[in-house]
Amino acid sequence: MTARTSPFRRFGRVLLYVTMIVAAAGIMLPFAWMVISSLKLNNQVFTAPVQWIPDPVQWSNYIDIWVKADMVTWVRNTLVVSVAVTFLQVLTGSFAAYGFAKMRFPGRDVLFLLYIGTIAVPWQSYMIPQFQMLSSWGLNNTLWAIMLLQAFGAFGVFLMKQYYESIPDSLSEAARIDGLSEYGIWWRIIIPLSVPALASLTIITFVQTWNDYLGPLIYLRERPLWTIQLGLQSFIGEYNAEHALIMTGSVLSVLPIALIFLLGQRYFVQGIATTGVKG
Amino acid sequence: MTTPVVGNQRTLGFSQPEPSRPLRKPRTSLKVRNALIGWTFILPNFLGFAVLTLTPVITLFYMSLTNWNIFGTAEWVGLENFARLVGDKSFHIALGNTLYYAALHIPITIIVSLALALLLNQKLRGAAFFRTVAFFPYITSIVAVAVVWNMLFSPEFGPINQFLGMFVGGDLPGWTVSKDWAMPAVIIVGTWKDMGYYMLLFLAGLQTVPTELHEAARIDGAGAWQRFWNVTLPCLRPTMFFVTVMVTIQSLKVFDLILVMTDGGPGQATLVLSQYIYQKGFEQFQFGYASAIAVVLFLICILVTVVQFLYNKRRDA
Repeated sequence: MTARTSPFRRFGRVLLYVTMIVAAAGIMLPFAWMVISSLKLNNQVFTAPVQWIPDPVQWSNYIDIWVKADMVTWVRNTLVVSVAVTFLQVLTGSFAAYGFAKMRFPGRDVLFLLYIGTIAVPWQSYMIPQFQMLSSWGLNNTLWAIMLLQAFGAFGVFLMKQYYESIPDSLSEAARIDGLSEYGIWWRIIIPLSVPALASLTIITFVQTWNDYLGPLIYLRERPLWTIQLGLQSFIGEYNAEHALIMTGSVLSVLPIALIFLLGQRYFVQGIATTGVKG
Repeated sequence: MTTPVVGNQRTLGFSQPEPSRPLRKPRTSLKVRNALIGWTFILPNFLGFAVLTLTPVITLFYMSLTNWNIFGTAEWVGLENFARLVGDKSFHIALGNTLYYAALHIPITIIVSLALALLLNQKLRGAAFFRTVAFFPYITSIVAVAVVWNMLFSPEFGPINQFLGMFVGGDLPGWTVSKDWAMPAVIIVGTWKDMGYYMLLFLAGLQTVPTELHEAARIDGAGAWQRFWNVTLPCLRPTMFFVTVMVTIQSLKVFDLILVMTDGGPGQATLVLSQYIYQKGFEQFQFGYASAIAVVLFLICILVTVVQFLYNKRRDA
């Protein structure tokens, strides 16, 4: 491919690079603005022309925010919910996926169709009956509601099933002949082989739960129960003139996710590709 | 599976696998056992799924036929709620805005994310970094993203209008505070946030396009554009179908983005169906009426998906 270096081709390559760099800069601009503004004095956020380098650098914003906002509580609640949801989703999702991918029994395919069908059903359409139901169980205004809301989604089952189907059946059959029970096959053969998919599902679920705004908005009324998204939104409402501090809070709410994403990016990308390939 | 019994075999009394009887029993019980084990695998997840998703979906239809409200009394009112929808101006606005959002967000997102995937597929140096960048908006929280964009869109001192002001004189768009520009602003942010996800799906799809086809087309003298149109796109059809279904549903249910960016405003300029459900249900506690709106959203989503499925099937055949 690189053998041919006609000037026209080379120009094309350069053009592609320019497009890529401009696109990348455009996409990242809001984040750059967010970080820069978070280090400014409040009256420096909106200036004409835009001041791209904060001067003086207000590191103190990152201290003030912990005093003005109840970040510790919010982060703690979000962590509790995210860890619980991720644990449940990965455990039950991979367990169910084994039934769908590696076992044959009547009703299996109809059941799976039911799971897939719900992809076309927006949560917004059944959030009211769901709210009524969870409220009648006394779970309104508890973190339990948020956990239940997210833990049994179809996505995990779907992702893990797609992956399990790529594991040859001969493996589980050999184990079966050796006398291993189905549960043993799942735990000893399939789970160790599906670590990449488990990692994908873990990361994706964790990030989704961390970022969820609507669930907490509907269920969590009391401040001590708020998650980071809900807290940040109320902080924005309360301190709507404190632009720099709002940006500081935004940076802090994005930071953990950014770190997780950068560390586990490979799994993220693979997980999404897995669900998309078959369609 | 009855093998034809030939001649005297029977009378000879050989140890034929004496028909089914003794064998069938263990086999059926094995089947039952197998089914039971299969169910135990699925049950933990299915219980949660059935209780938390299927049950509410079914009760939704019942609720939409009642006048359930804050006092918890649900009286059967038949189709009254739906009759009320016909004359509800706000509902018409919400429906129109939802379609407006979808009509722009669907094609723009598909085109942009496909373009990004094609760019990434050129094996340029730094492509891995670019992939990270393009995907990053998708994993960041809507609240943080919305507040940043609102500042960027700020009509007087926001960087976007400052930038535009360098090229265009006169009136600049008021973005989120203007009735005409609020929806385009929301669509821009929606596309910016979602395109990385669909880009990854397209990128995975592009890996399935056989390189031999491209080589053959190149030898036949097809230009880059022709190769894209006649080789890449047809090979991408399964991915395109999946992406279209996903982005359509995502557009029709758009909610949190609008809630935190414009709260449906100014006025009702960006009020969408999901938010109208929320307003009626959780702000005015008209659960019955809100459920009727939700049924409409539900039916639109199902209908659109079914149509897309049928269309895809017909083209497959």
